[in-house]
Amino acid sequence: MTTLSPSPAKRVDLLPPLLPVALMLAALPLIGSPSAWVTLTAAGLAMGMMIFIMASGLTLIFGLMDVLNFGHGAFISIGAYVATLVLLPLAGWTQADSLALNLAALAPAILVAMAVTGALGLVFERVIVMPVYGQHLKQILVTMGGLIVAEQLLAALWGPNQIPLPLPAALRGSVALGDAAIEKYRLVAVIVGLVVFVAMLAVLGRTKLGLLIRAGVENGEMVEALGYRIRRLFVGVFMAGSALAGLGGVMWALYRESVTAGMGLEVMVLIFIVVIVGGLGSVGGCFLGSLLVALLANYTGFLAPKLALGSNIFLMVAILLWRPQGLYPVGKG
Amino acid sequence: MLDGLLSYDPPRSRWLALALIAILLGLALAPFLFPGTRALNVATKICVFVLLVASYDLLLGYTGIVSFAHTMFYGIGGYGVALMLYGFGPSWANVGLGVAAALVVAVVLALAIGLFSLRVKAIFFAMITLAIASAFAILASQLSSLTGGEDGRTYAVPELLRPGTRLAEGSLLGVALTGRLITYYLVFVASLVLFLVLLRIVNSPFGRVLQAIRENPFRAEALGYRTVVYRTLATCVAAAMAALAGALMALWLRYTGPDTTLSLSIMIDILLMVVIGGMGTMYGAVLGATLFVLAQNYLQDLMAKAADATAALPLLPRLLHPDRWLLWLGVLFVLSVYFFPNGIVGSLRRGDRPR
Repeated sequence: MTTLSPSPAKRVDLLPPLLPVALMLAALPLIGSPSAWVTLTAAGLAMGMMIFIMASGLTLIFGLMDVLNFGHGAFISIGAYVATLVLLPLAGWTQADSLALNLAALAPAILVAMAVTGALGLVFERVIVMPVYGQHLKQILVTMGGLIVAEQLLAALWGPNQIPLPLPAALRGSVALGDAAIEKYRLVAVIVGLVVFVAMLAVLGRTKLGLLIRAGVENGEMVEALGYRIRRLFVGVFMAGSALAGLGGVMWALYRESVTAGMGLEVMVLIFIVVIVGGLGSVGGCFLGSLLVALLANYTGFLAPKLALGSNIFLMVAILLWRPQGLYPVGKG
Repeated sequence: MLDGLLSYDPPRSRWLALALIAILLGLALAPFLFPGTRALNVATKICVFVLLVASYDLLLGYTGIVSFAHTMFYGIGGYGVALMLYGFGPSWANVGLGVAAALVVAVVLALAIGLFSLRVKAIFFAMITLAIASAFAILASQLSSLTGGEDGRTYAVPELLRPGTRLAEGSLLGVALTGRLITYYLVFVASLVLFLVLLRIVNSPFGRVLQAIRENPFRAEALGYRTVVYRTLATCVAAAMAALAGALMALWLRYTGPDTTLSLSIMIDILLMVVIGGMGTMYGAVLGATLFVLAQNYLQDLMAKAADATAALPLLPRLLHPDRWLLWLGVLFVLSVYFFPNGIVGSLRRGDRPR
């Protein structure tokens, strides 16, 4: 029944993975020009990967702890703000025309952002979420309140104006692929997204820690009865999920090339759609959902801009009519 | 008589009763007690938000449904009146048609959302309504030929309600008898009546079933109540009430735009008002809305003074900056979810109970 990582012994549900592929192929004749299709698909994939990085933490936290964290968006904003603390003083490095120097600035920025959001995740779990485990209504309210407070604190500390965050020099511009031009940063986003996805699948599917997490998703009490402290697992997953949101926040901010306190909340709507489409708690479903949402948004944005805003809702309704629990339903409910 | 008006659900606390009477009197005599445009604006906003928050409490507090689409219905009401008045001229018939159209749209949408929630888990509902509401807000700003886009629509209201209209020469207790005064009392009376209707609804057998569903949906189902039908009906009633609140606000503001009706920040405001006032008590909506709107309008002045007074200290002035007022209400919100789950009303009632 687990869907976090279908092990070889089990029958793999192949229908959902075919959806993004089918969507891509269906869009080709509609768009007509192959070069435009390549550009749009690359943009869709890059956006999907970034959404996946931000959403994966949310779905994992829900899957394991049955906590719907509306405050997840706060970690996205916090990650982005913390990254500016490193990237803006190092502007000399990021704007130098050298990949090594760019990465030397970017790597610590991402690490610091993840460390800070991870640590704040611990605080958030302890202070905000812990008293309301098992009470969904209060969870939604309290984490929403946490989001408001965090957003306001960011605005108080950094000021209400948006902060420009230019891309490192080496990641600007685009690569030509035949007639099509693909922005370099989008390629980077796809690579990072794939690395995160593969790493998550590896940890969840191939390590003892992953085994415990998957077992916790299916039946937490049984894991406890076997002598494992599921509380520690909870905290660890919450921190990891928050750190992922921080990473996603940095990437999203670099993509928009600006940072605002409200950016987390803005992207939360997309993240929720992704998580619902994928099935709450399922990492694989979250990945596919991100790709579907982002691809569809890019295609409809090109084909029928007026419809673009409704495309996500339409996708969500269609998927839920097909599978009411999302693409990969997860056991706990 | 009074008991009947309150649907046999009296405040059950001396302080709460006093507060409610003070608010009622304050609102009823607002134009005379607090002259000035700003004060009257605040009073109108309180009236409308009491209705809006009470209708949301029907969902959140009484039925235990977390919906983020309530501003959508509020906006539908506002736009219904706005578009009719803008497109077909200021007449009472157009106001009526606009309200009727808005009610139909709101109830049909609520029905669709409610029936949709049949298929999904309860926790999905919050997320789905958030997505739908944000899509609707984008839709309203995209269809600029119809709705005026981000700029919204400014329109004229029927003759009787215009500020230039003089009902009689001279003034009453120093207050000129203009159309604004009539609009205010229209909003006040309509909000009061609809609030009493809501109070009636939650104290009816229907309201009891909603509370049973909130406490234990499974048991309610086992007792023979179709929980889905009741939940959907509650959503529809709340949507209709929110649409009426939106229509009242549209008449008062003579302007309807996405920021004043559909934005997520208004949804968050409503959430704060319900929780701080007290979930599951209609009176909580009155206290919550009143305190919140007053804080929104006057707390900022106070914070500006505090920020000036502490200007020499680090960080504190920034936290006390008038724009950060939501920070403090957010903290209050989180604290009240933990420590006063029944909000101000719950605390007042508990304090009054004989020990």
